[in-house]
Amino acid sequence: MEHVSELVDWSRAQFALTALYHWIFVPLTLGLSFIIAIMETVYVKTNDEWWKKTTQFWMTLFAINFALGLATGIIMEFEFGTNWSNYSWIVGDIFGAPLAIEGIMAFFMESTFFAIMFFGWNKVSKKTHLLSTWLVAIGSNLSALWILIANGWMQHPVGMTFNPDSARNEMVDFWAVVLNPNAYSKFLHTISSGYVLASLFVIAVSSWYLLRGREIKFAKRSIIVAASFGMITSLYMLASGDESAHQVALNQPMKLAAMEGIYRGEERQGLVAAGILNPAKTIGDDKLDTFLVKVEIPYVLSVLGYHSLDAFVPGVNDLVYGNAEHKIMSVSEKMVVGKEAVSALGEYKVAQKANDEIAKQEAFKHFEASEKYLGYGYLKDPKEAVPDMPLVFYSFHTMVGLGSFFIFMFFMILYNSMTGDILKQKWLLLLGVLGLPLGYVAQEAGWIVAEAGRQPWAIQDMLPVHMATSNIAAGNVMITFWMFAVIFTALLIAEVSIMTKQIKIGPEGH
Amino acid sequence: MFENLSLLALQEYWWIIVALLGGLFVFMMFVQGGQTLVYTLGKTEVERDVLINSLGRKWELTFTTLVLFGGALFAAFPLFYAVSFGGAYFVWMGILFSFIVQAVSYEYRKKPSNVFGTKTYETFLYLNGAVGVLLVGTAVGTFFTGGNFVVNEMNLSQWTTPWYGLEAVLNPFNVIFAFMLFFLSRMQGALYFINNINEDMIVKRAKGSLKVHTLLFLVAFVYVTLFLLATDGFALNSATKIISIEPHKYLHNLIAMPLVSGMILFGAVLLLFGVFIALFKESKKGIWFSGLGTVLVGMGLFLLVGLGDTAYYPSLHDLQSSLTIANSSSSRFTLLTMSYVSLMVPFVLAYIVWAWRALDKEKITIAEVQSDPHHY
Repeated sequence: MEHVSELVDWSRAQFALTALYHWIFVPLTLGLSFIIAIMETVYVKTNDEWWKKTTQFWMTLFAINFALGLATGIIMEFEFGTNWSNYSWIVGDIFGAPLAIEGIMAFFMESTFFAIMFFGWNKVSKKTHLLSTWLVAIGSNLSALWILIANGWMQHPVGMTFNPDSARNEMVDFWAVVLNPNAYSKFLHTISSGYVLASLFVIAVSSWYLLRGREIKFAKRSIIVAASFGMITSLYMLASGDESAHQVALNQPMKLAAMEGIYRGEERQGLVAAGILNPAKTIGDDKLDTFLVKVEIPYVLSVLGYHSLDAFVPGVNDLVYGNAEHKIMSVSEKMVVGKEAVSALGEYKVAQKANDEIAKQEAFKHFEASEKYLGYGYLKDPKEAVPDMPLVFYSFHTMVGLGSFFIFMFFMILYNSMTGDILKQKWLLLLGVLGLPLGYVAQEAGWIVAEAGRQPWAIQDMLPVHMATSNIAAGNVMITFWMFAVIFTALLIAEVSIMTKQIKIGPEGH
Repeated sequence: MFENLSLLALQEYWWIIVALLGGLFVFMMFVQGGQTLVYTLGKTEVERDVLINSLGRKWELTFTTLVLFGGALFAAFPLFYAVSFGGAYFVWMGILFSFIVQAVSYEYRKKPSNVFGTKTYETFLYLNGAVGVLLVGTAVGTFFTGGNFVVNEMNLSQWTTPWYGLEAVLNPFNVIFAFMLFFLSRMQGALYFINNINEDMIVKRAKGSLKVHTLLFLVAFVYVTLFLLATDGFALNSATKIISIEPHKYLHNLIAMPLVSGMILFGAVLLLFGVFIALFKESKKGIWFSGLGTVLVGMGLFLLVGLGDTAYYPSLHDLQSSLTIANSSSSRFTLLTMSYVSLMVPFVLAYIVWAWRALDKEKITIAEVQSDPHHY
């Protein structure tokens, strides 16, 4: 058992490492591609060479960032096979489709027109070039759509059935997978957060110029474009975040409980805006306070999560031990049913091998009756069903806190740019520079909530991570983990160094 | 339009698409081959810039083809994705590492403050072109020679050697197959430069390199052909689902599937014709003939090993664990759905051709590279 948990840890660590590195580069690509397309549109409309130069400057930064996004992205696709090979078989029939569609529909569009966007300035007409730039933006966002359809399905699996003959889940409804509401709230929240990050990026670079007293015209114009774009998209990010949380409440109550640090559920549940968890508190313990300190807004979580003031928001204890009043089944009960499903599946396989049709039918009947909780049959302890509470709680609050702060920041920058001279507001420009690293922190925190909050499941309630890994020795994954860690870190250092240098050179020197 | 196809017909349709993508990927590896020729053909820094910029406008297409090849295998043949990627772990990891370092090298090579220096990024490009291609070749070689894995009754798989795939280099066929691919990618790289670059010295050296690599390729190609004609193959009895070793299986497949043998033969002729006109007719169009030839030969080899009741990924440890297109595919519903998606392929190919032509309207010269606002 020990080596299984070691293998799971290294496999998760490697995937998390790749995903967290990948996510340093993707949000900027998603947002900056649109900002560039807007700037080039202004150039084509006005024929003002200044806008062309500006577009090209941001494009250079875009390309430096894009390269590492590609490098880390290809790894994520193949890691499903290399490190999660059981997963690839058990759900590949559904999960592989959006990945392949992404490749054909979006990725080729992105990379083909990327070449035109960079090398086509003197080779295609102005309008064709502009179209190519827009297609890069559309392609990269379409790419995100299909990936988030895949991820949304991991959070809320729909449109499939378990086939005991092939021992895997098979797709029965493509449109249910594609139109999964969970995928759309995630998609909208993710791309809008990418637009916000791109705004923070443009603001940070421009603020740095203004603090240095250079590129004044460029920076002032850029800051207005970015703060307006950021203001609109951050409000949108807030709204889509609310919808995302609603989806979590409906389909992943355990994740919601971890996000909010709720042990005992209540009706009219308040929202903890900020707090410090009591480290002594454990699952099942009803005596200790959950928080050492907290700031709570009454009723709000019931309303946000379930759109009703009186709604009951279950806590971790209700979900683990059950709550008869609110008809919540305990994890142990689910595990009992799940183990029946596991053994019925085993009997089915024995009967299949023996070519015993009657026994097969009988086993299938048993399996069908208990199939719903098959995934729980693989858990060893009910407490396993709870994700790492502090990690999820603090990540969630970091993301929300920073997200709200960005709205305030965009507003202040826009207000000061419009009504006065932002050059005189040194503190605001400093804040503008600081906003960028904070933006990356918020981005990564968001993915930690989404993925760590789903634990122990690779597919929510269906497939625990320890059943999903490849069957290889943990030491091998450890070797590749360190190789990835070294190469990604080295390349990130190079990327930041090149990017900083290009910013120092500036649009004029470009 | 696909509804009337049987499950087997859909599996065959998807294997044909995988084979086409595989063939296209082998052709597109001219980028990798070209990367290993940068120092052979470029004697000065300016010349190397021209070579790298010439490849730099195409490398992403190869990269994307690889991604799509992986995606198509995942969606259509998930058991292969699980067994091979999760089992021959170190081979695939080696391939992936070579593509990570490639992805940044074009962009970062000449940028100021790139931390590791131009030479490092050029080495990365070389590694991708040499180690990457050789590992891809080794992995594809095991389609004929087999891998060490078992698949249990739940279709979960396990590799049975502690080398996780690296043991494939001990098989001489895999190694020669890998070198065949490596020489081929260098031939294609040289032909691409001849087509794409208008600098006499570079073209002259490219022709010299083309000669050498064509000879080396032919030696390996003849060995691979003779081996495949003579060797035992892994045959599926479609009635009993039992897999057994059949003497001369690939030869039998070639006879039973004249379209496939014709494709390989015609492809090989086109490939050599492309080389011939480039070397002896002063033609710049060699790449198109040899490129199409490469796609046909590559596609033909995939069809040879996958169709005709053949196990395309044989298990050396347990014959009955071997993968066939019938036992490793997605469900009928998924294959059917994805078949509609596959109708996008011609559309995608069309805009790629358009973009390629637009970028290649003007051949690359030293002056052109230096005047481009975004050169690598």
